[in-house]
Amino acid sequence: MKDQNTVTNALEINDLVVEYRTEDGIVQAVNNLDMKLEKGKTLGLVGETGAGKTTTGLSILRLIPDPPGVIVSGEIYLNGKNLLLATEKAMEKIRGKQVSMIFQDPMTSLNPVTVVEDQIAEVIELHENLSKSKSLEKARNMLELVGIPGERGKEYPHQFSGGMKQRVVIAIALACNPLLLIADEPTTALDVTIQAQVLELMKELRETYDTSMLMITHDLGVVSEICDTVSVIYAGRIVEHGTLEDIFEHTGHPYTEGLFNSLPNLEDRQSKLKPIKGLMPDPSNLPAGCPFHPRCNYALEICKSAAPPKVYRNENHYIRCHLYDEVNVKTGKVLKG
Amino acid sequence: MNDQRPLLEVKNLKKYFKTPHGMLHAVDDVTFSIEEGKTLGMVGESGCGKSTAGRAILRLIEPTGGSIFFEGEDLLLLNRRKMQDKRKKMQIIFQDPFSSLDPRKTVSQIIEEPLRINRILRKKYERLAKVLELMELVGLAERYINTYPHELDGGTRQRIGIARALAMNPKFIVCDEPVSALDVSIQAQIMNLLKQLQEKMGLTYIFITHDLSVVNHFSDDIAVMYLGKLVEKAPAEVLFRDPLHPYTQALLSAIPTPTLKKSKERIILKGEISSPVEPQPVCRFANRCIHVMERCRQECPELVEVEKDRYVACFLVGQ
Repeated sequence: MKDQNTVTNALEINDLVVEYRTEDGIVQAVNNLDMKLEKGKTLGLVGETGAGKTTTGLSILRLIPDPPGVIVSGEIYLNGKNLLLATEKAMEKIRGKQVSMIFQDPMTSLNPVTVVEDQIAEVIELHENLSKSKSLEKARNMLELVGIPGERGKEYPHQFSGGMKQRVVIAIALACNPLLLIADEPTTALDVTIQAQVLELMKELRETYDTSMLMITHDLGVVSEICDTVSVIYAGRIVEHGTLEDIFEHTGHPYTEGLFNSLPNLEDRQSKLKPIKGLMPDPSNLPAGCPFHPRCNYALEICKSAAPPKVYRNENHYIRCHLYDEVNVKTGKVLKG
Repeated sequence: MNDQRPLLEVKNLKKYFKTPHGMLHAVDDVTFSIEEGKTLGMVGESGCGKSTAGRAILRLIEPTGGSIFFEGEDLLLLNRRKMQDKRKKMQIIFQDPFSSLDPRKTVSQIIEEPLRINRILRKKYERLAKVLELMELVGLAERYINTYPHELDGGTRQRIGIARALAMNPKFIVCDEPVSALDVSIQAQIMNLLKQLQEKMGLTYIFITHDLSVVNHFSDDIAVMYLGKLVEKAPAEVLFRDPLHPYTQALLSAIPTPTLKKSKERIILKGEISSPVEPQPVCRFANRCIHVMERCRQECPELVEVEKDRYVACFLVGQ
């Protein structure tokens, strides 16, 4: 164990490999994934369906359904402590207390037969050793904090709208003042005006509680609103990582470029969309070499056989792509836009 | 161009649903028109009635009132047989490519179904030739012809839905959130395809979506709906540059843009969409509006033309 006071990263993942072993074959969901999240910061994990975003989130909580899911190797440090070595009992104390998670769909992540204040109080009672009545009182305060009148705590989830349900989920997640909050597409199921409300709320609360956040999303717009650093994930590995500015202004990886080009530009109506050709690879049968090469417009011969190493543009910003070497990563414009 | 009659004219379209708590006004007095070869984007949040309007136009659900002129003929006066005949020219592409395709049919059976039902091509080999032609048109590889929908991914399935809609050689297609279930990179592929098809075949679209950045890119005109009412309609460029209705302003400012330079001040709306069941005859946006006035809670603003081709339903503007 590392010394907790000198640890600067709330979360550090090294070389994580997660597989789902099914009768039809092995699904390689996460492949040698590295990730670092500084304390108090927000990291955006961006990628498309099937890239391994949610599997990564669930691995941190050790909630991968087993079988068929197996964490094959790697290290996950939460505040300097390796979670993969923790006992199941210790994990129970960590989940909901030190790490909590907000899921995509607020309609299914609440218990439909329990009033919402009980659902919030449950976490508090369990982790903070408070009496039932004290927990309920704190639960109502949490509701007020997320903008719901405390007396509505006596209502059931179906009596709330989608945006309010997501606020309740946020209240549960933050009830014990966690060190790390994993938000898995928290606004995807919501309408734009409600999405704006919820993002605003999350920004406020993150500051109040000084929580580190892992924001899992496919939406680069959401990323630019709320994140400090960004990791782009493709086929279970990080292909590019950097600060918001690195990724948005100095886009390096062809896949990241493809994601930006696929988005309609609000300012320029005439711009044509340049989609990424082809489809996400089948994770049970990943292409050799760089998994993106069959879809890449810049693919070289070497991409078919060797997986590209990390090339650093600056201290934080790295790209995994054969187009780059030590020199041109700092100077040249490699992508054509 | 304005001398000719629009391809589709919708006047005072209404669709009410009966619920135990009273009438639900899903679409209330909606009026608009589309010229041939153009695209109308229809935007709004969930529950605003945009999909209901799209379906009511095709009479897939029976409208409660109003009139729908397609090529100058009122669809609501047609009998079943004549309507079926008209529908060959009017097709729909659905949102969810997972539930809009029959799981027990192969790709070729799905695409040829409209040809078979309408007895356009009676010979099997003729239909097969047409299916192959359509598959090529929408960029589906020939090898998929005997596969079943569950074997395919979302983008490929949506192409099947498009091929099926094109089988009758329609003039007009309602696209009901055709890309919202797809990943961004696939979204762009499908949007480019729809645009190409429009240029090639002179199609007219109603493009229903909740994603404003998608409609901006795609539409000539945009209609914004709120709780069953049309609140603003204008050419896309104008609407994005200078929205007039407070709801449109809020909606536009709420889009998270993937840039670091945030140009605009964000308007965060308070509260949420209210109930469409037995709504009061007042402005339906009044409860969330930052500019709300006394009058907004007393009467309902009509949609009026404030400038050429610009329609707004708000007391702040031109009333």
